[in-house]
Parts: sequence; structure tokens; C-alpha cells
Amino acid sequence: MTSKSVSSNNYESYLEYNGKGRGLKSWIFSTDHKRIGLLYLITMLIFFAVGVTFGFLMRLELIAPGKTIMDPQTYNAIFTLHGIIMIFLFIIPGLPAVFGNFFLPILVGAKDVSFPRLNLLSWWLFLIGGLLAIISVFLPGGPADTGWTFYIPYSVRTSTNVFPALLAAFVLGFSSILTGLNFVTTIHRLRVPGMTWFKMPLFVWSLYSTAWIQVLATPIVGITLLLVILERAFGFGIFDPALGGDPVLYQHLFWIYSHPAVYIMIIPAMGVISEIIPVFAQRTIFGYKFIAFSSIAIALFGSLVWAHHMFTVGMSGTAMFVFSLLTFLVAIPSAIKVFNWVSTLYKGSIATDPPLLYALGFIFLFSIGGFTGLIQGALSVNMHIHDTSFIVAHFHYVMFGGTGFGIFAALHFWFPKMFGKKYNLQKAKYGFWTLFIGFNLLYFPLFVMGWLGMPRRYYDYLPEYHIYHLVSTIGSWILILGLIIMFGNFIYALLKGEKTSEVNPWGGETLEWHVPTPPPLENFDEIPTIETDPYQYVQNNSDNVLVKEAN
Amino acid sequence: MSSIDHSASHVHRDDVGSRLGMWLFLFTELILFGGMFLVYSIYRFNYQQEFHLAAKELNTLFGALNTIILLTSSLTMALSITALQKNQKGLSIFLQSVTILFALAFMVNKFFEWSAKFHHGIFPGSETLLEKSNGEILFFGLYYIMTGLHGLHVIIGVVLIGVMTYFTSKNRITSDNYVRLESAGLYWHLVDIIWIFLFPLFYLIT
Repeated sequence: MTSKSVSSNNYESYLEYNGKGRGLKSWIFSTDHKRIGLLYLITMLIFFAVGVTFGFLMRLELIAPGKTIMDPQTYNAIFTLHGIIMIFLFIIPGLPAVFGNFFLPILVGAKDVSFPRLNLLSWWLFLIGGLLAIISVFLPGGPADTGWTFYIPYSVRTSTNVFPALLAAFVLGFSSILTGLNFVTTIHRLRVPGMTWFKMPLFVWSLYSTAWIQVLATPIVGITLLLVILERAFGFGIFDPALGGDPVLYQHLFWIYSHPAVYIMIIPAMGVISEIIPVFAQRTIFGYKFIAFSSIAIALFGSLVWAHHMFTVGMSGTAMFVFSLLTFLVAIPSAIKVFNWVSTLYKGSIATDPPLLYALGFIFLFSIGGFTGLIQGALSVNMHIHDTSFIVAHFHYVMFGGTGFGIFAALHFWFPKMFGKKYNLQKAKYGFWTLFIGFNLLYFPLFVMGWLGMPRRYYDYLPEYHIYHLVSTIGSWILILGLIIMFGNFIYALLKGEKTSEVNPWGGETLEWHVPTPPPLENFDEIPTIETDPYQYVQNNSDNVLVKEAN
Repeated sequence: MSSIDHSASHVHRDDVGSRLGMWLFLFTELILFGGMFLVYSIYRFNYQQEFHLAAKELNTLFGALNTIILLTSSLTMALSITALQKNQKGLSIFLQSVTILFALAFMVNKFFEWSAKFHHGIFPGSETLLEKSNGEILFFGLYYIMTGLHGLHVIIGVVLIGVMTYFTSKNRITSDNYVRLESAGLYWHLVDIIWIFLFPLFYLIT
């Protein structure tokens, strides 16, 4: 094995190393997992900005009853695009593709993922999928107005550009499958000597569960979307009752993927929180194996609960009962994680730096989102609040309050390592609190008015809901202000921030805190050997974790 | 894209890892078709009589012939890998080419079969088809989608094996580095095994 001699003050970081090409080419054709991670980060954040803009416009429209800034057709298109972009282009790739790509090989002590070229292909597919989604907006016919769920029969009948939108989701699914496949193989094959399954950092465990869901669930949505495309093109009648098909079958097939997909979104966020909490409490994680296995349990149970999205379609009582029961069971592994995180904090020496604030924000918001999920899992209550803004509030609490805050936590946690720049801690805290207050102001009223009967996806509403919509819209402004403070802080740090080559700014114990900042091209000068568990804070002596082998 | 500049991790070869990755990919393919098989079984259950009638219209001879062709091609594919392992490069290239020829024969057969159906006016949205019962419409819809999707996989397989033949002739696949040929073989067996299920479901169960 030939590797350049690397000392901490004289090496070429992955940001400087150019390989064959120069400039942009050295990035978009790079097979380096860290560069691909950053490519994902940039594309994802651009789509996030678009998604936020659509969300902002939607909220602005709803500030008062009747028409405010757009007509109903535009509103339908905007909530559809908001959903497609946020789900397929922001939250699903958010943690696995960005931070998974960047840190998975480092965390297991590898130089790259198992299939670096496949990894690059995933990003290109992701980009093509994103562009298809954007193209669907501008083609004649108008943007898709079906909602992100593409429910039949409307998605076959509407004359809007459903085809490119479906194709976009199909291509993005392919990208997601290839990333999952790559991660499973990497985790099986490229762990450093000594890193047994139970010495893997918990973020790796969460990526492992996620990758399996990506591999096993995504093909189902692929074939389902393909069927809708064929149905639109040729009229096979598979989902058309006039020709004997069954539209409810579409809903089943769609949710067989799309419910596990929410675990693709949340499990990696849980992994990030499991990394952050021990570092900022300087304590060993409480219940390591329980956290690891609860990820697997969520992945298993989560694959068997899809029909709880469809309690009102007229399934048999037995089916509804079973799906409701399984839905309740998923809450157990999630709760195990929350208890373990809180127990880790107990008697720890807590440093309330921005990453921990975001992690605590995650626990708070995710708990609210989780509990309201149980409310909807109960059959009788579900009949009352089905398709109201209650569900919108619930999934924004879990997806944005959970995964979104998880992504922000990861950004604050790993930013110095990724870029070798320091961001302003105080401003990051201001950003967090603005975001947190804005978030609750925006989404909590949706619970209340959903409970009172406000349907989701409606363009107009009765005057009695006005006050809730008004508060919610004001909340959206505060939330966006929080986002501006946070990203402004990051951008300032990138452009003018103080450079840092500090290897371990937070006092972490996992492998990424032992490589230089920013990491060199192939991460490790010498392949490290792992001898102890990943979170050894008792002696607070970082040298006992990593023993460098002689060769 | 270059694998020259990057040192160890890229030069480094992990055949077990490559095989694992290929098997994972095959899982996703199985589940993709699994979704179709699920739809098929639900409608078969709902429209037993109509599926029975519709299946009689398919030509079992065409189907049986294609089954024999595809099974034999799987054999030649497996033999080509063994040949290469035994360092018989020429024989391996010959067997790979035979596999491709079988695959093409399968597609030609399929083309005539579909053309005959079209000739009788049985294609999605046709008047003849719409006059039939709902169950029969669904049967033929599924027939076109599933055999079509399978045919697409056959074409991908042809391209894939073609590339492997080229690599073998250029010594980029050799007797001690044949994992890519092996993966292509696995893919080809998947295409074969899916047909093994499609054949009875559409042609034999009447």
C-alpha cells in the first residue's frame, strides 16, 4: 500500500487536491466520497431553498380567507412541488447522502466507500432527477397538481406535467437505491481491523438500517410510479375501476414504500443525535446496544405499518386493527432512543454548544411529533382527524422538527471538520432560538385547527380558522429569519471565518475526530485499529481509543 | 472518474464486496418484479374466470420455445465463466457470444409473438380488447407490462454481456479477475428466473 506521508501541518486536504481535472470538473467528476458529500450538500441546499420559498408562498396565501396572492391552480401546483422537493430532494438525501457519504468511510476507518464510481453515478442521477422536477414546472401544461402522493385516478386524468414529475421521482429512487447498496457493502466490507459490529459508532448503525430500507423498499415505489406512467401513456387499466382495476391498490403500493421512506428520513437523524449527545455530555452513550437494535427494529416494524395512511378507504376491520397495533409498536423503539439520550445527559458535564442545542431541539420536537403520531394511529381518532391539517402538523414536527433539526445539528457538529473553518457560536445560538420559536409558532396552530376540522391542502377556509392561519403565517416569517441567521452564519464562516486545523474541537471520541481538519484525500495515513467501544469518556483520555498500527 | 490518481482504496480489489453489491442489486430487481407479481396475484384472485379464458389465447408453443432458449442461454453463460476460470479465453468468448445470440433469438421470438397479438387487435386501448371483460383487459395489460419489462431486462443483459465479451477479448477480464463476468452472469440468471415464473403464470395456468 502506497500512501503519501502525512503530518498534521503538511498535507493536501480533500478540498485542495484536484486530481485530473481542475476547477468544477475536479468536483463533479470526483469519486472522492467527501467531495460527493459536498456536491450533495450544495444541490440539496439549493432545492431546500426552493422548497422553503414554495412553503413561504403557500403560507402567505393562507394568511387570510379567499384569494390573497395566487389562484387555486397555482396553489395546488405549489403544495405539490413543495412536497416533491422537500421529500425527494431534501429530506431523503439530507443525512445519508450528505453526511453519510462524507463521514461513513471515515467513521469505519475506510479510505472511501466500496463503489466510488457508483457513488458518483448516484449523485448524477440525483441531479438529473432534480432537474426533471424543475423542468416539470416550466413545460407547457403547467406543473403537476396532484400532491406528492400522485393519487390515482386524478394523477392519470390531470393534464398537468405529471409525467416528468413521476420520472423525476423514479430516477431519484434509483439514486437512493444505489447509495443504499453502496453503504451496506461498505459497512460489511470496509470496517477497520478491530471494529466489530458493536464497536461501530451509532451513526453507522443508523445508516446501516437506512440503507437496507433504501434497498428493499424503493423498488416498490419504482414499479408503482412506472405503472402510473404506463397507465397515463397507454391506459392499461391496472388502477382504473372502469377497466376492472383498483385505485386503492395504488395507495397500498405507494405506501409500502413511502411509509418506510419516512424512516429513511428519520433514522439517520437519530444516529446524528446519538453521536452528538455523548460528545457534549462527555459521557458514554447509555444503552448502546438498545439504540443500535432499535434502529433495526424501527426498520422492521416500519415496513409493516403502511396502511395506517389509508384508514378511511374501507379496509376490513381486522386489517385496520392489525395496522393500528403495529403502528403503536413502532413507537417503542423510538421511545427507547429518547430515553437513552436523556439518560446519557444525566449527570453528564453538559456543554450547550449549538450542536447540542439542535439535538435537544430535535428531542423536544420529535417527541411532540411522535406522540401526535400515536394519536393518529388510534382508529377512532383517525376517522376524526384524517386529512386535516393535524396530519400536516404531525409530519412537519417529525420531518422538519426531527430530521430537519437533525440535519442542522449535523451541520453545526461537523462543519469545522468538513471545511476547516470556525463559525460564530453565539450567532448560531441566536439562529437556533429564532428557528425554534418560529417553528412552533408555524406548526403548532396547525394541530389546533386540524383538530377543529380544517382540511389539509385547502386553498380557502372558513373565517373561524383565520386566527390560527394568521399566527402560523407569522411563524413562517420568524422561521425563515432563523434560517437566514443560520445559513448567513455558515456562509460568513466559509468566506471570512477563522481557519482552523484543530483536530478535535468538541472533544469527540469517534474516528473522524482523529483525522486532520479538513480531512486529507484518503482520510487515513495509516489504517487505524480499534480496540475499545466508540464512546469512552470515562478516563477522558483520547489516546486509548486509537492505537496506530506499525504498518 | 479516474482510478489512476487515487491510490490504495481505488486500486484495491474486493471481489467479495463486489459480489455482495451485485446480490443487493438483484434483491432490488426481485422486489421490482415482486410488486408486479403482487398486482398479478390480486387480480388473478379477483378475476379467476376471466384470467382463465384470456390465458388460452396465448401461444404456449412460443412461450415454451422461449423458455428453452433462455434456459440454454443460462447454461452457456455459466459455462463461459467456468471456461474463463480454466483459462480458456477463446472458448469463454465463444460461449458469451452464444448467450447473446440466444438472447437475441428470444427477443425475435417475442417480437413475432407480440406482432401476432397486435395483428389480432389485442393491444392496450384497442377496440377488440375493450370489448372483452374487465378481467381479460387486466390480464393482457399485465401480460404486456410484465413481459415488456422482462424484455427490457433481456436487452440490458445483451448489452451487459456484450461489454463483458469486449472486456474478455481485451484481457480486462481474466482467469484471476473475473468478478465482473460473474456479476453479469448473476444478472443473466435473474432474467432467466423471472421468466421461469412469468411463463407458467401467463401461458400454463389456464
